[in-house]
Amino acid sequence: MSELSQQVDKAVHEIAAAASLESLEALRVALLGKSGLITEQLKTLGKLPPDERKAQGALVNRAKELLQDAIAQRKSVLENAVFDARLTAERIDITLPGRDADLGGIHPVTRTLERIIDIFSRLGYAQADGPEIEDDYHNFEALNFPAHHPARAMHDTFYFPDGKLLRTHTSPVQIRAMRNARPPLRIIAPGKVYRSDSDQTHSPMFHQVEGLLIDETSSFADLKGTLAEFVRAFFERDFEMRFRPSYFPFTEPSAEVDIRWDSADGGERWLEVLGAGLVHPAVLCGCGIDAEKYTGFAFGLGVERFAMLRYGVTDLRAFFENDVRFLRQFG
Amino acid sequence: MKFPESWLREFVDPPVDRDELCRRLTMAGLEVEVVDALGAGLDGVVVGEIVDCASHPNADKLRVCQVSIGKDAPLQIVCGAPNARAGLKAPLATIGAQLPNGIEIKKAALRGVESNGMLCSAQELALDADASGLLELPADAPVGKRLAEYLALPDARIELKLTPNRPDCLGLRGLAHDVAALFDVAVNEASATPVAAVSAASREVHLDAGAECPRYVGRVIEGVQAAAKSPLWLAERLRRSGIRPISAIVDVTQYVMLELGQPMHAYDMAALDGAIQVRRARADETVKLLDGNEHTLAPDFLVIADGKNAVGLAGIMGGFDSRVVDATRDIFLEAAHFAPAAIMGRARKLGLHTDASHRFERGVDSELPRLAMERATRLILDICGGKPGPVVETTLADALPKAVPLKLRRARLARVLGIDIADAEVERILGKLDMRVEKTAEGWRVTPPSRRFDIAIEEDLIEEIARIHGYDRVPRHAPGGELHLHLPSEAELSPARLRAQLAARGYREAICMSFVARDLLERWSLDGGSVALANPLSTDLAVMRTSLLPGLVEALKYNRNRQQERVRLFETGLVFRTDSELKQIPRLAAVACGRAAPEGWATAKRDVDFFDLKADLETLVALAGGDRKSMFESASEPWLHPGRSAWALIDGKLAAIVGMLHPRLLKTLDLDCDVYVFEADLAVLTAGKVPRSKPISVFPMLRRDIAVVVPEAIDYAAIESCVREAVGQHLTEVIVFDRYSGQNLGSGTKSLAIGLILQDDSRTLTVEDADRCVAQAVAVLESQCQAKLRG
Repeated sequence: MSELSQQVDKAVHEIAAAASLESLEALRVALLGKSGLITEQLKTLGKLPPDERKAQGALVNRAKELLQDAIAQRKSVLENAVFDARLTAERIDITLPGRDADLGGIHPVTRTLERIIDIFSRLGYAQADGPEIEDDYHNFEALNFPAHHPARAMHDTFYFPDGKLLRTHTSPVQIRAMRNARPPLRIIAPGKVYRSDSDQTHSPMFHQVEGLLIDETSSFADLKGTLAEFVRAFFERDFEMRFRPSYFPFTEPSAEVDIRWDSADGGERWLEVLGAGLVHPAVLCGCGIDAEKYTGFAFGLGVERFAMLRYGVTDLRAFFENDVRFLRQFG
Repeated sequence: MKFPESWLREFVDPPVDRDELCRRLTMAGLEVEVVDALGAGLDGVVVGEIVDCASHPNADKLRVCQVSIGKDAPLQIVCGAPNARAGLKAPLATIGAQLPNGIEIKKAALRGVESNGMLCSAQELALDADASGLLELPADAPVGKRLAEYLALPDARIELKLTPNRPDCLGLRGLAHDVAALFDVAVNEASATPVAAVSAASREVHLDAGAECPRYVGRVIEGVQAAAKSPLWLAERLRRSGIRPISAIVDVTQYVMLELGQPMHAYDMAALDGAIQVRRARADETVKLLDGNEHTLAPDFLVIADGKNAVGLAGIMGGFDSRVVDATRDIFLEAAHFAPAAIMGRARKLGLHTDASHRFERGVDSELPRLAMERATRLILDICGGKPGPVVETTLADALPKAVPLKLRRARLARVLGIDIADAEVERILGKLDMRVEKTAEGWRVTPPSRRFDIAIEEDLIEEIARIHGYDRVPRHAPGGELHLHLPSEAELSPARLRAQLAARGYREAICMSFVARDLLERWSLDGGSVALANPLSTDLAVMRTSLLPGLVEALKYNRNRQQERVRLFETGLVFRTDSELKQIPRLAAVACGRAAPEGWATAKRDVDFFDLKADLETLVALAGGDRKSMFESASEPWLHPGRSAWALIDGKLAAIVGMLHPRLLKTLDLDCDVYVFEADLAVLTAGKVPRSKPISVFPMLRRDIAVVVPEAIDYAAIESCVREAVGQHLTEVIVFDRYSGQNLGSGTKSLAIGLILQDDSRTLTVEDADRCVAQAVAVLESQCQAKLRG
């Protein structure tokens, strides 16, 4: 074995044993650097006779490649070890809670309202609003409630000294919508309403959604189809459902809508969820709409009732106590 | 409207059971609210007669009764009812009977005395709510007879929740027509054979109120036994209709009202003086009514008067002084028609609500008075005897409601309902409902009966047909009419986005009452321009809120009082103020207290402050997009900390207020933490713009930082505006990244570290450009803001 190959063998062992990137670098300088082993060997080549020069040159170059490979390989091993050490050192306890995971939420009544509006929006209904302090005309008279009529007694009304009142239903928005825009109309009007009644099942303030559709073809069958589809979409299930004749001064024919609901005791009962009907011709005429040409339907629902059924809330008053422990349950 | 099923079936008897009858009534719009089965569990209950009633040797309140049930020896029964007395006939539950309330009757010893059954109250037999004593049976009740058989039980009390448009069903005769139409059966009309006069006694009637009372039927009956008791069948029907029997004459008037729907009144002839007059009340006229109270009347009340005084309030309640008492000998019976408009709201004005006013303000058939008079006469003669005079009917023919024929078009019927109903079915339904129907080319001409006040237009007839035909037979269909979307502009931000943004920043939505206590608004000094209710439910809910904050802070307090240290709430809703005119303004408000961030192992442990809330508000302003300019100016509101509150001007408009609640207010509200709040006009927050895109600069940005020391009194806003003005167009952004005051600085000064972001649209800025910008900024700050560049 030549002296060179012995030196290379030794160097390869030393490289493999290098404990750090620094000692490896020192080896690299000693072997491949300006005055390193290989460089010295190359310098001697010129002194050799031409016939030996070529063969010796090939040997030196092979030795150089061998050493370069050994260094690169060792370097990679050492670098990986450093990286692994860093990763180990940087380990964290990923089970600790995230920082400032603070989330508020939307009130269940708003959540319910937004869902109802969303469903009707897909059917082409646009949202409309109206004032909460209303006048007698919009709340009653234009809706075909004559003064002193017993139908008014169904609405326990809050009044102001000047005769204005807090709207008892969202139906006045119908009137405003019909006076502001020409048919065809599809309107959904959510909002607060007020009745001077307060006990476990009545709040003096609550929310309703009013819907109105006016066009040249709508019928009672369309009203039934619309409400049945809405209830199914809202509760995400099919119900036995019934439309029962009822009375509202501003609709004719009028109906109340009941669904068959599982009660807490395991039985079933009919539960009223909507009031509805075809818009009374007197109401259309009062808003300047030709009741011969146009027909339409209107419906109203109590938002808290829907929220209670949907989310299993048992006490109406919980909606207005604003206890964050209650509110937190609704996301 | 309550009535026994058996009574209705006397008028109309469809071949269906009770459940089906009730279901169909409900489905025809005559909602059955309650059905009480009567007479179930009465096996072993018989008519007993107390033949002896002695005091109990060991108990003051108990009696020892010997009760005959017609066979063998009387049974010994211990009884605690106050009305137990010898001679009384009452229901006796014998040994082995199981009462409706579950009690099983066994032989027992009560305080040492043997008892072989139980004498019962109406309540114990589930016949009535009356638990005051034994159910007293008439003297002629057959002893030993099964009570159920004697009382014609079983039966059921059906209660209808009638809508105000169906007063015709406040009498069984009217209701019977709906049932007849529903089941296609016939109605047995009540017999009302005229009762011939046997005396000439009569009383003249003057109708002085025109259309308010166009018909009045009166009759004198002399020599009645006013103290007579109603027979069992009549008393039972009243009881099962929820009316307590009083005396035969009063009971008969009630009975006729339930049967036919016509309220009636009986006067004591002796208390009347001269002709009966129906007229408006005189100003401040007073009348003492049957309720025992003296009422002062306004001229919009209709009264029944004799020659001197008002003797009753027409259609509402009779007078006290002319009422029939046991000693009454001669009576004057009234059956009149009062127009709904003459009665509506009047009883309510006096705090009254009577069976008569309930019916008249909804509408009573103008054709009923004579029928009712004949019916009542017959019953009174049968029970109380007496000699009837002639029926005197006074009518203002022109003022009577007229039956107006309505057209009903076949095509309209189909269009409105969305189904075709066969002509024969239409005619059958209308006919059964007692309407006169004539065929026309387009459909029919229909005349409703005089009792149907609710049938005035074609749609009313359509509803009748749908109702009887069955709403459930109308199919479900999707509207297919023309669609025209009325949508809000894209420029308008949905309030839902603002709510979602606040929720994402840790706020929970609250919904507070729109009315608050005046006292609360006063404590906040926010009572100016407030609007108060005329009829609040309570003083806590008396005044409309002028700001969302007082209610929201109360909600915060509610949660603080329930161990919630860190509370963040928001609300959107209207506030109400009036100065020259009423304003209803949509607002958004938020409140926060406690830590800035929820407690955690890695969270800054500092409390929420002004800049947290300001940032929350700023993110809301930014949501609408565009380049909206918001400016903050010191606010001075009595409810806010003067050094920690600001008005926000958005695009120059005063749009929001943000700050810490005034420590004095916190103290008044009994809050033990600092509370930061903001409230904004919702309309300003939602008023955005549809975005317009501009090209962005392709040249690099440069950043230069400077630190300046300025007097404390110089606000940052002034410094930023100086810098912007000095540097001009190359300045794209200014960042204040540090603020310091303390030891190393002179007192009354602060140091601000400001980053300038520089960029040009057309070229790369050079180092020289940047240096020049900084020099300009520093020069202006030194001259205008007393600033010194910090080394």
